[in-house]
Amino acid sequence: MNALPCTIYVSFTGALLALAVGGRSPTLARIVALASALTAWGIALFSAIHFVPDAAGPVTLVDAPWIPQMGIRYHLAADGISLTLVVLTGLAATAGILFSWNITERTGEFFAFFLALIGGVYGVFLSADAFLFFVFYEIAIVPKYFLIAIWGSTNREYGAMKLVLYSFAGSALVLAGLLWAYAAGGAHSFGVAELARVAVGFSHGQQVGMFALVFLGFAVLAGMFPFHTWAPTGHVAAPTAASMLLAGVVMKLGAYGCLRVAMPLFPLGFVFWQPMIAWLAVIGIIYAGLVALVQEDFKFVIGYSSVSHMGFVLLGLAAANARAVSGAVLQMFSHGVIAGLLFAVVGRMVYERTHTRKLAELRGMALYQRLPFAATVFVLAGLASMGMPGFSGFPAELTILIGTWQAAPWAAALAAVGVLIAAAFTLRVIQVSFFGQAAAGSAPLPPLPPITLPEKCGAALLLGATILVGLKPDLLLELIRPALQAPFFQAVLKGGAL
Amino acid sequence: MSLDYRTLFEALRPEGALIIGALAVLGFDLSILRRLSESLRYRASLAVGAAAVVVAGCLACCGPYGPVFGGVLILDRLAVATRIGVLSLTLIALGTVASGQKLRHSAEYVAIMLFAASGLTLMAATQQLLVAFLALELASLSLYILAGFDKARPEAAEAGLKYFLFGGMAAAFLLFGFSLIYGLTGSVDLPEIAARLAAHAPGPLLMVALIMVLVAFGFKAAAAPFHLWAPDVYEGAATGSASFIASASKLAGITFFTRILWTGFYPVSGDASSLPLAPGWVPALAAVAGFSMLVGNFGALAQTNIRRLLAYSAISHSGALLLGVIAVGDFGVGPLFYYAFTYGIAVAGAFTVISVVEKSGPCQKITDLGGLFQRAPFLTGCLAIFTLSLAGIPPLAGFFGKFSVFASVLRLGGLGGPVGWLVVLAIALSAVALYYYLIVLKQALVTPAAQGATRIVVAPVAATTLALAAVLIVLLGLRPSLILSLF
Repeated sequence: MNALPCTIYVSFTGALLALAVGGRSPTLARIVALASALTAWGIALFSAIHFVPDAAGPVTLVDAPWIPQMGIRYHLAADGISLTLVVLTGLAATAGILFSWNITERTGEFFAFFLALIGGVYGVFLSADAFLFFVFYEIAIVPKYFLIAIWGSTNREYGAMKLVLYSFAGSALVLAGLLWAYAAGGAHSFGVAELARVAVGFSHGQQVGMFALVFLGFAVLAGMFPFHTWAPTGHVAAPTAASMLLAGVVMKLGAYGCLRVAMPLFPLGFVFWQPMIAWLAVIGIIYAGLVALVQEDFKFVIGYSSVSHMGFVLLGLAAANARAVSGAVLQMFSHGVIAGLLFAVVGRMVYERTHTRKLAELRGMALYQRLPFAATVFVLAGLASMGMPGFSGFPAELTILIGTWQAAPWAAALAAVGVLIAAAFTLRVIQVSFFGQAAAGSAPLPPLPPITLPEKCGAALLLGATILVGLKPDLLLELIRPALQAPFFQAVLKGGAL
Repeated sequence: MSLDYRTLFEALRPEGALIIGALAVLGFDLSILRRLSESLRYRASLAVGAAAVVVAGCLACCGPYGPVFGGVLILDRLAVATRIGVLSLTLIALGTVASGQKLRHSAEYVAIMLFAASGLTLMAATQQLLVAFLALELASLSLYILAGFDKARPEAAEAGLKYFLFGGMAAAFLLFGFSLIYGLTGSVDLPEIAARLAAHAPGPLLMVALIMVLVAFGFKAAAAPFHLWAPDVYEGAATGSASFIASASKLAGITFFTRILWTGFYPVSGDASSLPLAPGWVPALAAVAGFSMLVGNFGALAQTNIRRLLAYSAISHSGALLLGVIAVGDFGVGPLFYYAFTYGIAVAGAFTVISVVEKSGPCQKITDLGGLFQRAPFLTGCLAIFTLSLAGIPPLAGFFGKFSVFASVLRLGGLGGPVGWLVVLAIALSAVALYYYLIVLKQALVTPAAQGATRIVVAPVAATTLALAAVLIVLLGLRPSLILSLF
C-alpha cells in the first residue's frame, strides 16, 4: 500500500530516463517507458488487491509539511475510488506505450512527455491536499500540448492549442474557486478536509459561487456539454497513445475532481446546481451521440462517443446517491478501457495502415478480410461500448441508470435513449468501416502490413480488462462502495429526488 | 539621532565592493589588459566583475541589522534578501553578457553594470526620500547607458534614448512628488512621514503628491499606462542589458516601492478590498495593476518579436507584482519577494537563451527560435523551463509565486471587492498568457529547423549560467519554503 506514491516517482523518473536514452537508442527508450509503466501498474494492482479500506476516509500514504508558511502539505492518500482510477491509469499507460511502439520520430521525447503526463495523472488521483491536487493537475496539462502538436495528425497545432487552453482555463476556474474558499474561510491549510471544515461556515450564495467555479473548471476537462468541443478535435489530432490517454484517463481527471473536490466541499452549492448538471449531462449524452451518428471521420465518431459516455459519468454524479456514484466511478474505469481500445484500433491499427480515416474510403477497403484482428477487436470493443452484457460498459451504465432512476426518473429515461443512440452509431461505424465491400470488378486490394505483437498485447490487455470487469464488476464495486461510505462523502450523497 | 559612521560603513560594504570592483575593472582594462587580445580583455573584465558581485553578495549576507545611521538606511529581512537577490540576478546578467556576442568596450559595460547594481542594492535598503532618490538615479542613469551601450546598432540608440526620456520624466515626477511630501510633512524620513500623515487628514495636495509618486513608480515598473518604453528597450538594448533591466532592476524597484508606500505612506493607503473604496494609493495601485495585466497579456498576443513579447509579458507580470504590493501590509513581503525574485531568474534565463542563439544568427522574431530542439537541445530544455515558469506552470517557481501572491491578496477581502476581482482577472488572463508562451515553445520544440540551420554551440559560461538559473527555478518551485522562511 505504501508503495503507491512510487507510481508517481517511477513515472517521472521513467520520463527523465527515456529522455536521456532516447537520443542514442529509440528501442531503449521504448523499453524504459514500458518498464516504468509496467512497474507503476504493478504497484497499483498490488496495492488494489491488498487494500484494506478505512471507514473514516482515504488511507494516508505520505503526509509531510511542504510549504509550512501556507499550511500546504505533501499529503497523498488513497481510497477505493482513487485506487480504481490508479489501476486504470496504469493499464491505459501500458497499453498506450504498446500501441506507440512504432513511434520513430523523437522517440525519447515522446515517451518522456507521455510518462510525465502519466506521473501527473497518478499524482492527481492520490492527492489529499487541494494545492497538491492542483499542482499535479497542471503538470498533466503541458505535456498534452507537445504530444499532440509534435506527433499528432489532422490539424494538430490547432487541436493541441484548443485542448490545452480549455484545460488550462478550466484549471484557472478551479484555482479561483479554491483560493476563494481558502481566503474567505480563513483556512489554515489547503487540505481537502480543512477546506471542507471551513466550507461549512459559508453562506449559501458563497457555496453556490464556489461550487460553480470549481465544478465548471473540472467539468470542462470531463467534457461536459457545452464545454466539450476541445475533446473531439483534440482526440482526433492526437497521436494514438495520446488519444487513448486523453479519452481514457485525462477526461477522468475532470470527473474525479468534480467528485473528490467540488461536490464534498460545497454540498449546498451542489444541491443548487444539481438539476442543471443533470440536464447538461443528459443533453451531452444525446447530443454527442447524435453528432457521432453523422460523422464522416472514423476518429471523430469515437471522439464524440467519448463525450457521450462521459455524460453518463456526470449524470451519475448529479444523481448523487451511492449507487449512481459508484456506477459513475465504474463507468470512468470502463470508458477508460473501452475508449482506449477504440482509439487504438482506429488510430494505430487502421489509420497507420490505410492512411485514411474517412468512412467513405474505408467502406471500399473490405477491412474485415484484410485486417481480421482489428475487425474482431473493434467489434468486441464496439459491443462493450454499446453496453452489451459481458463487458464492463453494461454494469457501469446499468448501475448509473438504476441510481439515477431513484433520483430523477426522467433523466434515466432520457439517458436510456442515449444508450440506443450509442448502439446506432457504433453499429453504423462497425458496418461501414470494417464490413464494406470492395467495388465489384476492381483490382484486388494489396495486403496491409500485419498487426504487430505489441498491438496484439495491448489489445489483449484492454479487452481482458473490459471482459473481466464485465463478468465480475464486484471486483471494482467492492473497492468503490466502501469509499463512498466515508463521512466525507455523506454530506453530499444524501440520495433522494433531484 | 545617532550618527554611527562605523555602522554606516559596515552597512554599505556591498555597495563599496561593487564600486571598487567597477573601478578595478576599469583600471585593469586601462593598464594591464591593454596589451592583451580583445577576447581576453573581455573575459577578464567579466571575471573581475563577477568576482566583485560575489564578494558583495557575501558581504550583504553578514552586515549589521536594523536601522542604520539614524534610520537613513534600514537593513531588515527584505533589504538583505533583495540585496542578495539583486546580486544573484546581476551575476546571471553578467552570464548573459558572457554568453552573447562580444560588445566593444566590455570593461566600461561591466563597470556600468556594477554601478547600476550598487544603486539597486542601495534602493533596497533606503528609508529616506533623499537617499531613495539618489539610489534610484544612480541605478537609472547607469541603466540608460546600458540600454544604449551597443552603439553599433541604431535600435540600441533608440532604446537608450527612449528609456532615458521616459525615465527622466518619471524621475521629475518622483522628485516633484517627494518635494510636495516634504513640504506637507516637513520630513524626509519615511517613519516620520508616516507619523505626520497619520496625524493630519489627507488633503488634495497630498493626493497630488501621491499621484506623482505613483506615476513615477508606474514608469519605473513598466506598468500600463506608463509602459510604452518597455517593448522598445527590450527589443533594442543589448541582451545583457535587457536581462538586467528586466530582472534585477525590477526586483529592486518592487522592494523600493513597497518600502516607500508601506513605511512612508501607510496612513493614506486607502482600501480597495471592499466597496465603497476608501481613497488612497491602494485603489490607484489596484487600477494600474489591473490595467497592466490587461495591456500586457493582450499586447503580448500580437507580438511577433520574442523580445517585445517578453516585454509585454513583463508588463503583465508588473501588474501582478503591484497587486502583490497591496497585500504586503497585512500578509508580509514573503510572497511578493518570492514572485519578484523567481520572475527575475526566469526572464534573465530567457534572455540568456536568446543571447546564446544570437551568437549564431539573429534572434529577434519568434520564428528565429524555430527548430531549436534540433540545433541545441540543452537550450530548448532551459527555454522550456523559463517560459513555463513565466506562464506559471507547476512545479516551476513562477506558479507558486503567482499562487502565493494571489492567495494573500484574496485574503484581504475575498471576492467581495475590487482587488478580489483583480485576482480573478489575473487568473483568467493566465490562460491568455499560456497561449503566447506556448507559441514561443511551439517554435522551439515543434517546428523543424530551417534548411541550413547549424547546431548551436553552448559555451561553458553560458551553460553554467543557464543551468544555475534553471536549477534555481526548479528548486525554488519545489521548495518555496527556502525563501518564504526568510521572512
